[in-house]
Amino acid sequence: METEKYLRMDKLPHIWCPGCGHGTILNSFIRAFTESDLDQDKTVVISGIGCSGRATGYLNFDTLHTTHGRAIAFATGVKMANPNLNVIVMTGDGDGTAIGGNHLIHAARRNIDLTVILFNNQIYGMTGGQFSPMTPPSDMATTAPYGNIDQNFDLAQLVEGAGGTFIARGATFDPRQLKRLYLAALKHKGFSFVESFSQCPVSYGRQNGSGDAVEMLKSQKKNTVDFKKWQQLSTEKKQLLYPLGILKEVDSPESEYTVRYKKIIAKANQEGAL
Amino acid sequence: MNRYEIRLSGAGGQGMILAGKILAEAGVMVDNLNISQSQSYGPESRGGASRSEIVFDEDQIDFPKVIKPDLLVCLTQESFDQYGSDLKSYGVIIVDSRIDISAVRQEFKDNVYQLNILDLAARKIGEEISANMIVLGVISRIIQNKIPVEFIKKAIIEKVPPETIDINMEAFDLGFDLKLDKRSYIYGRI
Amino acid sequence: MKTKIFKPEKRAVLLQGDQAVVEGALAAGVEFFAGYPITPASEIAEGFARELPKIGGKFLQMEDEIAGMAAVVGASLAGKKSITATSGPGFALKQENLGFATMVEAPLVVVNVQRVGPSTGLPTSPSQGDLMQTRWGRNGDQEIIALAPASVAESYELTIKAVNLSEKFRQPVVLLLDEVIGHLREKIYLNDSEEIEIINRKRPTADQDPKSYLPYQQTDDLIPPMADYGSGFKYHTSGLFHDQSGFPDGKKETAKLMQDRLHNKLHNNLEQIIFYQKDIRNDDRVAVLSYGSTARTAISAVNTGRKDNLKAGWFKLQTVWPFAEREVAKLAAQVETIIVPELNQGQLIREVERAVAGQARVLGINSYAGELIKPEAIRDLMEEVL
Repeated sequence: METEKYLRMDKLPHIWCPGCGHGTILNSFIRAFTESDLDQDKTVVISGIGCSGRATGYLNFDTLHTTHGRAIAFATGVKMANPNLNVIVMTGDGDGTAIGGNHLIHAARRNIDLTVILFNNQIYGMTGGQFSPMTPPSDMATTAPYGNIDQNFDLAQLVEGAGGTFIARGATFDPRQLKRLYLAALKHKGFSFVESFSQCPVSYGRQNGSGDAVEMLKSQKKNTVDFKKWQQLSTEKKQLLYPLGILKEVDSPESEYTVRYKKIIAKANQEGAL
Repeated sequence: MNRYEIRLSGAGGQGMILAGKILAEAGVMVDNLNISQSQSYGPESRGGASRSEIVFDEDQIDFPKVIKPDLLVCLTQESFDQYGSDLKSYGVIIVDSRIDISAVRQEFKDNVYQLNILDLAARKIGEEISANMIVLGVISRIIQNKIPVEFIKKAIIEKVPPETIDINMEAFDLGFDLKLDKRSYIYGRI
Repeated sequence: MKTKIFKPEKRAVLLQGDQAVVEGALAAGVEFFAGYPITPASEIAEGFARELPKIGGKFLQMEDEIAGMAAVVGASLAGKKSITATSGPGFALKQENLGFATMVEAPLVVVNVQRVGPSTGLPTSPSQGDLMQTRWGRNGDQEIIALAPASVAESYELTIKAVNLSEKFRQPVVLLLDEVIGHLREKIYLNDSEEIEIINRKRPTADQDPKSYLPYQQTDDLIPPMADYGSGFKYHTSGLFHDQSGFPDGKKETAKLMQDRLHNKLHNNLEQIIFYQKDIRNDDRVAVLSYGSTARTAISAVNTGRKDNLKAGWFKLQTVWPFAEREVAKLAAQVETIIVPELNQGQLIREVERAVAGQARVLGINSYAGELIKPEAIRDLMEEVL
């Protein structure tokens, strides 16, 4: 199978729990990459810490498993050092929006050509079920034994506000859409961000009576709607459902960060420069 | 030339740090002369205490800061109060005439030259900020056997914005021509 | 490694210590800087922002100190000689990713222009308070190389050496300036680049089959060849203890083997890493042992003291970590007293006492509120003990 060349088959099986959605995300990503015309040898995949962080170990590219929250910052260095590389970040909701939230908004602000796939299972899974900035209010977590009083981010809006030029949201109940979103994100020149709903039946589901993985996928489907349909909804209904699909796409390769830096190089080499 | 130490002190914005840099740049032009220039300042860009130090030596400069100045400039009361009693016995203190020097140590009474630097800058040049160029003129006259005047002028031209060269040179000359007689309490006021 | 780099007939310039770091790094082949503004190190960032694009290099001002450190590791893995600069509070923030760099053996240089701490402390005053933070600031046991220039000329020279050492040993190197050296302007003589020895990291050979490439191979010299990202090797890099393939295997033996290699790759080569200068005469009875700006005070005190026939000499460390244990032990056998002046409450002196092991008397002089130690203070103590 062609997709196998993008996996380190000898590192499987993966460590994710039965029923976890992360494997679906990885699967959809590999299918998207297979359809893209990107060079495997010129692609670096970078992750942080947590369940999502382990994705890099299974992918057959140059892979960098960094410190907690910092994947995007490492990726920024890799991309700037060699703009010819395709740089992909895989991060989680804790990794990418709590400890790494600052790097997320600043990479979006720079509009640097990274593809960020955020595995959002709404919980810190690897450490046993503490609440993250993506855990909805009133949910239960080991560090919110009386219910969560924190508000969660609307990530798409956060990244849009920060200046991201490609923003999409998908969910593991629809892997084919996930694949389409990843493919579009990989092709986008600029900062692209795909929030990917994933289910965690073990650390999230059990605390919140969400049922097994199948039940959780059904809930995903119930709570989401295609972006085009969502736009037709009343303001009230919009607040109850998450739109899925490409939510924003601005095609302006000239505004990409490494492209703009090239102009700085040209400026610095003009006569009479500093 | 033996070790020679200059300390310039004043308030932030009076250009003492730039003056120090210019003296150091001029020193670079002198063959076989080593230079260490340092500064201390507060977080403010304007106001606050500011100090610049330059050490010249034909030998290697071990300690890079002023140990005891040969030449001390104080443009504010605060800087005079702080540094005015730290000087080599044969050293020179240049003090602005607005400063009350009645508390000067007995042993340094003859070392003090009080000049109306800030008034001159305001009246003749129209910019109190050019006081540092007047100071450079005064210093240049004192150390001209160590660092040629034209080197200091050249360093000024390199360091100030091109459109201000003329006015800065005017201020420099004004300082250079100030009489350094001990009665400059009077002279300085012109 | 060439030690005599500076030749007086070369171009004379007035440079700040911070600027000399920039010049040295460029001479050594650095092409990437990422960092965050902080006093008294901002001049280094400003210098790279101006100079790097001229050579097609990259400058990044990141959102925080942590990101600056992370980006530099990323750039190093992508094949560029990389550097960042900060001061104490920022250095504290960089520690985790500095440990990561040690773990994945990413060559890079971290400049710390020390100011008085703890916390925000005295931002514009000199200190040597981060000596132990440099050595032990990260979680876990690990080696570090740290060089400490005492002048503007040395800031240039030791930056080149820092880059070279990092490339040679696949090891992050810390360059410890202090506020005085960072902001000091001195006349220095810049040399032509062809006179400088430049070391580039060992990369896999052209005939290396990517399939059999081991990014953390147990080679004879303990320094595995390092492939650039994007050169077809498709290897894994992780802050978890990993075997030769780069993948974590969770085994205790792997963790031990790796820790031993990381330690031994430096300790088998101390003679290439430990630099120092000294002037100790046969009949000297006191030695002043110092580093950084404090060495300027020490040398001044010794040179003026000798004019009055004081039997004193000086020993200046250019490499502060790994500590020059053997050399200091030898010094202790030569003199009766070793004076250790420091801009802290006594950090290096602990190492000195350990190395001296009772062979000589060890006395500290400490200034930790933002003032350089005056030559007088050392002179007085020398006279007292002689």
